[in-house]
Amino acid sequence: MASVSRMTRFAVIAASVAVVAAACGGSKSDDKKDASGGSGGALTGRGPITLATGKDTSGNLQNLVNTWNQQHPKEQARIIELPEDADAQRQQMVQNAQTKSNAYSVLNLDVVNTAEFAANRWIAQLPKDQFDLSKFLPAAVKTGEYRNNLYAAPWKTDSGLLYYRKDQLDKAGIKEPPKTWAEMQQDCSKIKGFNCYAGQFEKYEGLTVNFSEAVNSAGGQVVDDSGKPNVNTPQAKQGLDFLVNGFKSGMIPKEAISFKEEESRRAFEKGNLLFYRQWPYAYALSNKKGDSKVVDKFAVAPLPGLNGPGAPTLGGHNLAISQFAPNKATALDFIKYLTSEQTERANLIASSEAPTLASLYDDPELQKKFPYLPTLKASLLNAKPRPQVVRYNDVTTAIEEAAYSALTGKSTTDQALADLQNKLGQLITP
Amino acid sequence: MTTTTAEPGTVAPVKQKKKSDVQGSGRLAAILLSPTFLVLALVVGYPLIDALRESLYQKNQGLDANGFVVSGDKFVGLKNYTDILTGANSHAFWNAFYNTTFFTVVGVIIETILGVAMALIMHQAFRGRGFVRASILVPWAIPTAVSALLWRWVFQADGVANAIIGHQILWTTEGFHAKVAVLIADTWKTAPFVGLLVLAGLQLIPAEVYEAAKVDGAGTWYTFRKITLPLIKPVLLVAVLFRLLDVLRFFDLPFVLIGAHKDSVNTLSMLAYDEANNLRYGPAAAYATILFVYVALVAYAFVKLLGADIIGDARARKKSTPSKRAKKGSRTIREATA
Repeated sequence: MASVSRMTRFAVIAASVAVVAAACGGSKSDDKKDASGGSGGALTGRGPITLATGKDTSGNLQNLVNTWNQQHPKEQARIIELPEDADAQRQQMVQNAQTKSNAYSVLNLDVVNTAEFAANRWIAQLPKDQFDLSKFLPAAVKTGEYRNNLYAAPWKTDSGLLYYRKDQLDKAGIKEPPKTWAEMQQDCSKIKGFNCYAGQFEKYEGLTVNFSEAVNSAGGQVVDDSGKPNVNTPQAKQGLDFLVNGFKSGMIPKEAISFKEEESRRAFEKGNLLFYRQWPYAYALSNKKGDSKVVDKFAVAPLPGLNGPGAPTLGGHNLAISQFAPNKATALDFIKYLTSEQTERANLIASSEAPTLASLYDDPELQKKFPYLPTLKASLLNAKPRPQVVRYNDVTTAIEEAAYSALTGKSTTDQALADLQNKLGQLITP
Repeated sequence: MTTTTAEPGTVAPVKQKKKSDVQGSGRLAAILLSPTFLVLALVVGYPLIDALRESLYQKNQGLDANGFVVSGDKFVGLKNYTDILTGANSHAFWNAFYNTTFFTVVGVIIETILGVAMALIMHQAFRGRGFVRASILVPWAIPTAVSALLWRWVFQADGVANAIIGHQILWTTEGFHAKVAVLIADTWKTAPFVGLLVLAGLQLIPAEVYEAAKVDGAGTWYTFRKITLPLIKPVLLVAVLFRLLDVLRFFDLPFVLIGAHKDSVNTLSMLAYDEANNLRYGPAAAYATILFVYVALVAYAFVKLLGADIIGDARARKKSTPSKRAKKGSRTIREATA
């Protein structure tokens, strides 16, 4: 007995020591390689590539890839589907980068992740001169940049819109949707029996979006142009106060604190919400006959602001090339193909996903099919990206924390913003 | 484990066997078991030790002049642990520690009581018993993340829960109600597990014992306390231990039902996940190690104090007399026929 256990104990320890030693050795040599691998380097190599993307809800991505594959039989592209959840997508891409795997060539990257991936040298710098960036929406281009270098090409974009009950406004004799928060409140006071306004205020990424929108629409900035946090300002306070007072006065129904996109869409479709902030995707869904009670009764407008049109938050996805992928030249061509006018047009028609090329929004034929395109373009020209910071996850958590505690009355607006400024100061290294 | 391999050869007196066997079969056993230990070392030992090692390091978070992350880990000793326990964010840890303990204590007590009640019902002979048993098991069969989504539907602002109580509670917002929501969903899911294990224990109790109690004039409550409970104790303790270990690692239900970063339901696992998700593997490993130690301590205390003697069972079996073993045999036969 005794000898057995001693022996096994020895075996266990010996085995684990060997494994640990191997692991340590491995990671050390990896670090060295990482240190030498710079950001520069030409995008060379041709051959098969992959596109790592979140679950394709549009159903059209495979068609786009098929078209490419027909034209490039020797440089076939293959879709690797990642989970639908944005957080899980990022996680898989990060893991892939940390093991320096060459499994992903082109990354379909959420706009908020560009800085993190660029700063960690996980994605390759793109040649700015090979993209006609002036044709793209300027705000969308900005989301693909880190320190003025292009790391990801703008592919799909998104921005918040004001959905409103056109039928009720017409009935009350209101001709135009509100341009300011005050106008919106006035409109609400004229129409009885409705909740006035809602957005996405649950403690998640959507709250960061809604908070940034409020701050930007009041003329403030979460992070200023030089990259420094700037939330402890009168403008930011006015923005946050709009939401806080909205909850206090009942302008925003109190259950909105638990709203994500789908909850708010359901509330609007139930028919007792006059205005709400939502992404364009809900347009088609709310017009679908069935559960929705607002079919053909609503329209969209740019978000209102404090003293004029608001500044919506920019969403969307960009295309980047993994630093660890072979065949980077093919990957670059593939990105150019996906962001070309022809492809973006085809994709808009097939999937109604908002393109990044400005000209498509002015196309009368497309406008006929998607009546909200001019509104969306007006919104997008005003849109502001969320903070472009390396530690975005920590930053958005801090923003959620501050906004949520102010909205639930746990802390005052002043306190929440002062705390947030302090927190962001620690998280953002200029 | 090693003793069972030696058992078939119990012809010679024990003492003699021990002396003569140590050289031969002991070494053989070690050789035969070494693949098992190797696998265990790989899948259990290595991750544990590596997590421990990782928890002593911190990743560089600084940027160089061009805005690139300075790569590489640096050894920081126990700093990750002291940061967690006493640093600026220690309130997050203690809050999560409290939540974890709260869910464990309150949840397991409720689940145990309900589980035993379920088992007693399922044990009764009545029509449609098979159907009831199967349906009680459905919650346990549903993946936790899915059941969390189901419960989120129930607990949303215009959901079933609020319709039933006729009063709007925003369950998924911060506050004690969030804990209640998690407890309800967890109980719904795991009480059947306790119930099923206890039912197995109930089926092992011979009917004669109850008949004897009846003859002696014992009441229902007295019978339950003096006969049923002691006889299902071993099974019940195993069930409770499993639940304890499970709830201490609580993650998916609060994460999906209530959401991340909510102080009311943040657990230790969620903190570890969050750190790892933000690429701070050192602190994440430290959280995980603390949780591991906590789980190990609770399990040890539970086994010591209440005598949930899982390993000891095997020891006792080895020592048990032939008559006892025979009894056990008849029991298993009964079990098989039941």
